[in-house]
Amino acid sequence: MKVLVTGASGMLGGGVARALAARGDEVTVLQRRPAGLGFREVLGDVADESAVREAAAGQDAVVHLAAKVNVVGLEADYVRANVVGTRNVLAACSTHGVQRLVQVSSPSVAHAGSSLVGAPAGPADPATARGPYARTKAQSELEALAADGAGEVPLAVVAVRPHVVWGPGDTQLVERIVERGRAGRLPLLGTGAALIDTTYVDNAVDALVAALDRALEVHGEAFVVSNGEPRPVGEIFGDFCAAAGVPRPRRHVPAGLAVAAGDVVERVWALRHRDGVGQPPLTRFLAEQLSTAHWFDQRRTREALRWIPEVSIAEGLERLAAHYRR
Amino acid sequence: MTTPGEQPVEGLPGLDPRWSRFLTVPDASGEARRWHVLDNGVEPTEGTLLCVHGNPTWSYLWRRFLSEAAPGWRVVAVDQLGMGWSTRRAPARRLDDRVDDLGRLTEALGITGRTVLAAHDWGGLVGLGWVLEHREQVAGVVLTNTAVFQPLDQPFSALIRLARNPALRQLVCVQTPTFVRGAAALSRPPLDREVRRALAGPYADPSERAAIGDFVADVPLERDHPSRAAMERVAEGVRGLDVPALVLWGGRDPVFTDLHLHDLLDRLPHADVHRYGRASHLVTEDVPETATTAWRWIGEKVSTDGPETFERPAQQVDRTAIWAPITARATESGSAPAVVELHDGVVSTTSFAELEQGITDLALGLSDFGVRRGDRVAVLVTPGVGLTTAVFACWRVGAVVVVADAGLGVRGMAHALRSARPDHVIGIPKAVAALDALRVPGRRVVAGHLPAPLGLALRHPATVASLTARGAVLREHGTQLPSLGDTDEDVAVFFTSGATGPAKGVVYRAAQLQGQVARLAGLYAGDRDDAWVAAFPLFSLYGPAMGTAAAVPDMDPTRAGTLTAAALADAAAAVDGRVVFASPAALRNVVATAAALTDGQRASLARVRVLMSAGAPVPVGLLRRVQELVPNADLHTPYGMTEVLPVADITLPGIEAAGQGDGVCVGCPVPGVTIRLAPLDALGRATGELTTTAGVTGEILVEADHRKQRYDRLWATERASSRDAGHHRTGDVGHLDDEGRLWVEGRLVHVLSTADGPLTPVGVEQRVETLPEVVSAAVVGVGPAGTQQVVVVVVPAAAVSVRRPLAAGELAAAVRGVAGVEVAAVLAVPRLPVDIRHNSKIDRAAVSAWASQVLSGQRAGRLA
Repeated sequence: MKVLVTGASGMLGGGVARALAARGDEVTVLQRRPAGLGFREVLGDVADESAVREAAAGQDAVVHLAAKVNVVGLEADYVRANVVGTRNVLAACSTHGVQRLVQVSSPSVAHAGSSLVGAPAGPADPATARGPYARTKAQSELEALAADGAGEVPLAVVAVRPHVVWGPGDTQLVERIVERGRAGRLPLLGTGAALIDTTYVDNAVDALVAALDRALEVHGEAFVVSNGEPRPVGEIFGDFCAAAGVPRPRRHVPAGLAVAAGDVVERVWALRHRDGVGQPPLTRFLAEQLSTAHWFDQRRTREALRWIPEVSIAEGLERLAAHYRR
Repeated sequence: MTTPGEQPVEGLPGLDPRWSRFLTVPDASGEARRWHVLDNGVEPTEGTLLCVHGNPTWSYLWRRFLSEAAPGWRVVAVDQLGMGWSTRRAPARRLDDRVDDLGRLTEALGITGRTVLAAHDWGGLVGLGWVLEHREQVAGVVLTNTAVFQPLDQPFSALIRLARNPALRQLVCVQTPTFVRGAAALSRPPLDREVRRALAGPYADPSERAAIGDFVADVPLERDHPSRAAMERVAEGVRGLDVPALVLWGGRDPVFTDLHLHDLLDRLPHADVHRYGRASHLVTEDVPETATTAWRWIGEKVSTDGPETFERPAQQVDRTAIWAPITARATESGSAPAVVELHDGVVSTTSFAELEQGITDLALGLSDFGVRRGDRVAVLVTPGVGLTTAVFACWRVGAVVVVADAGLGVRGMAHALRSARPDHVIGIPKAVAALDALRVPGRRVVAGHLPAPLGLALRHPATVASLTARGAVLREHGTQLPSLGDTDEDVAVFFTSGATGPAKGVVYRAAQLQGQVARLAGLYAGDRDDAWVAAFPLFSLYGPAMGTAAAVPDMDPTRAGTLTAAALADAAAAVDGRVVFASPAALRNVVATAAALTDGQRASLARVRVLMSAGAPVPVGLLRRVQELVPNADLHTPYGMTEVLPVADITLPGIEAAGQGDGVCVGCPVPGVTIRLAPLDALGRATGELTTTAGVTGEILVEADHRKQRYDRLWATERASSRDAGHHRTGDVGHLDDEGRLWVEGRLVHVLSTADGPLTPVGVEQRVETLPEVVSAAVVGVGPAGTQQVVVVVVPAAAVSVRRPLAAGELAAAVRGVAGVEVAAVLAVPRLPVDIRHNSKIDRAAVSAWASQVLSGQRAGRLA
């Protein structure tokens, strides 16, 4: 199969490209800067329609990961990267008669801020999603799923929402936690007991590959992907620190205070950093994420994708520790 | 006939707007009246369920009876004239008018053919009035908190009497929504806000509430009330109503009380009853599953495919067999001790001859007092000769003894006794005084030698002593006790401990009780000359029933933990007791006080041949320490429950041979018992085909003749527990092993439903409790059924923070290391909530609710 992977410079995108190539698929990658993966590479922005059209030419399938994932920034930048980018991918698929599209999304597209306990995937809703990232991802997922079955050669769209992906080389989550832990600036929100789902990166990669393979059978649906082993947020963060040889966090901050503080920080930051460069230490979104439960019912995902996570949390932590020992 | 252009009632929780319809029907005066009804519009191939609400509710009350309707059943719930969404223009209506109105409405609706009535509150009188006029089509009645009769000499609810005062009536019922809101406010826990709004919806404005006042005014409390004759006609008519009847009753209704329930059952003695002790007036709101229960009942008792009966058929039985051993020993060795009581160093011995005469005299006295065959007599007497005499005297006259363990506490006991509704109470002065305050019915007979408080003595002049004296006179005049014949009848209502939910009354018939005594004797009694030491109330009764002496040690019978090693030894010495019965709580204190034993006392205990302990799990460590005190005894821990006892039995060596496993090994089934398992499905429900295959986990079912007859006034519970012919569903889960031993893995309601299938908690808890840093553990699930996550809540040996229940990383890792299953979270608490009675059964429901709160990120309150 000829597959285009957008956003291959990230941990997850790079993993998907390598996994597809390893089993014999012909991989093309699209991102802004060279990823150094050794595959056919198209350099460009997903918001650039012509670059996307060029990359998609002759492909059987697209795995669309490219997105703006930071937690703050200008709304317009999110729209450009996430909504416009997805529209370009959909248009290119239509132009070139691509048959399969795996739209990589996020559980936050269906999350209105309350705790999620064994929750099903639920429909994406830009109106209630929290923050510009979740809002634009919700919009792009809706548009992608709306394109399911469209075109002369029908396009099969599957949306996959991996929840909190982590692993060796992760700069988004693990690095930040470990850095804060090392500096002694990693408090636990509330009791630190809120149960959250996470996904070891190799499992997320396998799930995206499975979604690509199963697209013709299960298209038109969104699936949350996780390890299916929720852990108290304080414990899993502590485990990340321990794997990196950093002391586990001990300090607690009341959850309500953190949410309020995050809100203030977010507003002040947005005023001062209109260019959208850099990240604030705490946002309301993050504070909510880290002080309320969110874990998911994985039964439908596993059945539909015929996929199960191969790497347990315990095994993943050992691999993380090995990575830090190097 | 439906009036076009009227808005269907919609937007209310649980109500399908397609049910809502209006129609116009002329009343007796010829005036057209507009009605609103809920009608599922089904072609009634099976029949029609006609639902009639009371005051001040409306047809909304019956929404679940519509949504859960069985196939082929039309369901019509009416709004009475002036109420709900029916017309407000009709003039005030009397009971007769309303019965007539309903008849004209059902005719207009074409309700012919088989019909079942469901009614609530004053809808009961109206609906039953309709039933009596349509007797040929009525196939059953379902009654919920209603009444058909109010005696003139009995005070009716102060609330209603107050509301009937003409001036107040306008204020309370019409001008203000007090009465409307009050009806919905009785529910505990409070009704959902949306439901309360829906119920009050038609009565928002004073102009819409006129009929509520009129309805209250039509309650015929006075002899000359215009509706009194109509009420009495219905009330008398109901006596002849021989159709199947189901009564679903909320026990916490200040208006329709247990007096009304009793009156209904008096008129409909064949009725099936389920009394929900904690539900209020709006029983169908407080207990939503009443709709399911009603349909199940209709399916069994009314539907065309023939009624299915789950009631055990009565057998023939020798009624005298239960007391024959006492009579026999009184004749052959009358001076031999029967009951020996120890109290403050004084040993009181009652011989078999004295016991026999005491029983006979009290029986004659009770009979003279008016205790009849089949009457219920609550016996609240301290274990010892007083209890033994009272219980056997009741059995002699064919009465049903009601026994609730004092461990329930005064309120729990009063709750139990109100549901059992004794005709008579024999009780010690303290118990009688407490029950008076808690509205437990029944004529009182005061037991005991203590001078009764003056007021008590005035109110309840009958005493056990006076009745016994009267009985002695009757005996001397040659009065005989009536023969009971050989029909098997109810003889006892035993209440469950309430450790795993509200106490339930368990009804035994004579054959079942005799079977229980025989099985216990076969297991433990051995030789008749081996006297008993009974630190268990039940066994001080069963000793004499086997013709064996029983000693009652000096202890507070309401608190098992007050039994000391010395008291046990002294009781053994008093009768040369060889067989000991004591609860785990009692044994714990015996072990704790063993240091105070003298050499003589140790020698007495060394003569004990059998020691049996039951009621809660008995830890092996405790048994081993007990064994040191009774070195020559076989230690038994039988498995069983109030509903069937014994089920299985195991000895200490047996437990040690079984070793570690998934659950607690309770041994092999005793003779006469077959154990089967109902395997669990993916969601942890015991729905599988019954099996005896080793290794299959399921709900434990017991097939045995000595199981209960039924639960008392808990039709739905009884139906569920007896749905497999010949078996009792225990509510416990477990499995059989290759050697036929039963392992108990917990309660069915505590089974976790994970994505990998059901998981029973006890095996995991046992493995976690092997960690030296863990004192005790509870395993619970959080999240929706089918995808629950496993949470282990531990009491660590080290101190823990109440505010920060997340276990430290090392402890969590240790727990995960031994759990044997995937564990999402480990929480640490200072203590776990346990039942008061056994001080050992963990309240896993409370633990689960607390853990769910903590793990969703909410502030952690205190668990226990």
